[in-house]
Amino acid sequence: MTTTLLDVKGLAKSFSRNTVLHHIDLDLQPGSTTAVVGSSGCGKTTLLRLIAGFENPDAGTVTIAGRQVASPERAVAPHRRSLGYVAQDGALFPHLTVGQNIAYGLPSPARGAQVRARVTELLETVSLDGSYASRRPHQLSGGQQQRVALARALARKPVLMLLDEPFSALDTGLRASTRKAVAGLLADSGVTTLLVTHDQEEALSIADQVAVMRDGRFTQVGSPQQVYRQPADRFTAEFLGDCISLSCTVAAGIADSALGRIRVQQRVADGPATLILRPEQLVATVVSDGEGLNGVGTVIATEFLGHDILLTIDPAGDAAPLVVRQHSLNPPAIDAKVRIEVVGTGVVLE
Amino acid sequence: MVAPPIPHATAPVTRSGPTTRPGPLVAATVAILVAATFIPLGYVAWSAVSIGWTRAFELIVRPRVGELLLNTVALVVITVPLCVVIGVGVAWLVERTDLPGRAFWRPLFVAPLAVPAFVNSYAWIGVIPSLHGLWAGVLVTTLSYFPFMYLPVAATLRRLDPAVEESARALGSDSTGVFFRVVLPQLRLAILGGGLLIGVHLLAEFGAFAMVRFDTFTVAIFQQFQVTFDGAAGSMLAGVLVLLCLVLLVGEASARGQARFARIGAGVPRAATPIPLGRNVITAQAALAALAVLALGVPLWTILRWLWIGGSDVWVLDDIGTALGQTIGLATMAAVLTTVLAFPVAWVAVRSSGFLARMVEGANYVTSALPGIVTALALVTVTIRVAPPLYQSVALIVFAYVLLFMPRALVNVRAGLAQVPISLEEASRSLGSSPSATFLRVTLRLTAPAAAAGASLVFVAVTTELTATLLLAPTGTRTLSMLFWSFSSELDYAAAAPYALVLVVLAIPVTLVLFRQSTKAAAL
Repeated sequence: MTTTLLDVKGLAKSFSRNTVLHHIDLDLQPGSTTAVVGSSGCGKTTLLRLIAGFENPDAGTVTIAGRQVASPERAVAPHRRSLGYVAQDGALFPHLTVGQNIAYGLPSPARGAQVRARVTELLETVSLDGSYASRRPHQLSGGQQQRVALARALARKPVLMLLDEPFSALDTGLRASTRKAVAGLLADSGVTTLLVTHDQEEALSIADQVAVMRDGRFTQVGSPQQVYRQPADRFTAEFLGDCISLSCTVAAGIADSALGRIRVQQRVADGPATLILRPEQLVATVVSDGEGLNGVGTVIATEFLGHDILLTIDPAGDAAPLVVRQHSLNPPAIDAKVRIEVVGTGVVLE
Repeated sequence: MVAPPIPHATAPVTRSGPTTRPGPLVAATVAILVAATFIPLGYVAWSAVSIGWTRAFELIVRPRVGELLLNTVALVVITVPLCVVIGVGVAWLVERTDLPGRAFWRPLFVAPLAVPAFVNSYAWIGVIPSLHGLWAGVLVTTLSYFPFMYLPVAATLRRLDPAVEESARALGSDSTGVFFRVVLPQLRLAILGGGLLIGVHLLAEFGAFAMVRFDTFTVAIFQQFQVTFDGAAGSMLAGVLVLLCLVLLVGEASARGQARFARIGAGVPRAATPIPLGRNVITAQAALAALAVLALGVPLWTILRWLWIGGSDVWVLDDIGTALGQTIGLATMAAVLTTVLAFPVAWVAVRSSGFLARMVEGANYVTSALPGIVTALALVTVTIRVAPPLYQSVALIVFAYVLLFMPRALVNVRAGLAQVPISLEEASRSLGSSPSATFLRVTLRLTAPAAAAGASLVFVAVTTELTATLLLAPTGTRTLSMLFWSFSSELDYAAAAPYALVLVVLAIPVTLVLFRQSTKAAAL
């Protein structure tokens, strides 16, 4: 097991008869970034707190870099786990300057000049000017606070970085840029990262490994592409993005549906099933005459969203209307006949 | 006497999030303190049992007790409503109307808290020497204690969402209707809390009533103690007094019911539009000026008049210096020790849940209502029977102060602690600091202002404390309040004046702290 940096086995936790985590298993490879994604209250923050040591597990173990730090019998105190932790709001100490915040965790024998140099270096790592060291946390914007919190956590060169919804307190524009900056920075420093978030886009964009959590269990763990393209169940599929589900009949790896014959990714038994597609897999093109043909429908409503447009299309036959999202240049008008083509393969759920 | 501010506004602070089990040292300290707070109650129960029911019955059911009961109940029943009317009226005038000079009046009506009630009594006797009995007691304590009503009501008025009142206006109520149908019901908790505080002070007050020859239970217990020392009659009177306190507590709790302070939604509530007083402005100014003269003018004028009459002879600087030194010494010891001990108690109350936390809440609630005379009597009895060398030692009197004034420190330390986000402590732990280093570097640092406010409240409470000090102070102790008391008991009012002045001056900064706290609470 020397290759895993964090090894979580059979972790369980209850709060006053309310089970928050059921038997969680998770492995993190050194230098990788893993995102645990789930809706609020699913237990993802509890998982992070168990790893950080702020709570103790009822069952299971946590092993960091080969050292078991938590089990129901024995727990290593949080300050002896050599990990970095960045809370949702950054949790900067309001009574200390930015520099003092960053220097907080540095070993005490360090001399003043050494500390100053290290603080400046860390500020530069998070793309902040050295002059920020003398500021107070309340003088910083939300994004800057978050970066200082990260610099403070990095100061101790942790083997594992835990981020608890680190971008959720930021407004939309800032969130994307801070996320990008932090992802780059963590990749450069090579520190293994575990991040929890309720934002699927964030999870998919930042992580090498995504674990989708629901009611204290992982529904699926895999690469972003895997969990998005090959969801294990309907919850995972719907949680990670919009879905189009169609009833179909599977025969020899081909699903026969209202949109025609679509290849199924996984091995499934023949028979009736539900086919799951992503909206971006559908392309609607205007056809002059295609009445009665398979895969041709009528646009019954359009919704202009700026960059994109949503087309509600009534396919021929008794299938329910479909929503197709595509860019808004030269969209089909209402009542136009469109042919719906499917790009790529689909996933079939029983 | 300066007492804890706004009991319910800062009271039970519930936290969501994880609760931690206290360590053995914290748990033991808290358990000992909680056990100690039950000494007074235990003493009362024990003496009732040891005297025997027949004798206890004889001691309780007699004309003297009936007279005391009548006096005490009448005092509470008259004074508390008077304080409600004055406190709410003043608060409404300075917070909700366009009265000119509100910025001047607002802190002025907190200032009576800097004048101990017994100094106020002394002042009124100086003006009307024949003053005595129930109405004298009502006059003096109303003027001394109405700020306990004014402070929480003013703070609540500032917090009320004006949109609710505007809706009432839009629904057809005039300003009087809005006040009685919308504003007053929202002030209920503040009024109940202030009323409880005033009631508790009325039951505990000794000096102010003794000086105007008005006998309440506390006065009678003190006199009994001077006659029979550790007598059965005194402890039975204490028992009845404790019962009265419990009646007040239960009454307040049941009137409060399940109501809690309504949270104001996110965002900064708009300031209320001041209500124009129109022609009534002159009446209002006159009323406020009259109140200020009665509550502040009279004591200041009397003290200054006696100082003028006494001339330089009353300034016996050696005695005053010694008394000041002793008072500051005792008050500092008590303030520091109480505040230090308040930390584990507050920590348990804020950060953990379970039996100990509930006991802490309950014990704090009950002891904050127990008169000093009962605690003092209990400690006298316990030390004489269990540890005689402790009797009249500095350790015992400081211990008594800790028991008496812990709630004042606790209210502040707990509020301060509740405002330190757990996430900051967790951040510190994840940055390699041990739990104790985290406490010193983060928690203590951020709680320091609240702890300082709590310590200063205890400090002033000790300087103006009279009953427990008279009963428990080591022989030869001469604090400011003891000397003031002995001079004014000997009717040497001029000699007492310098001590009254020093006591008032010592209390002024803390009164300002109280005022600042109540305005800050409103801004939150």
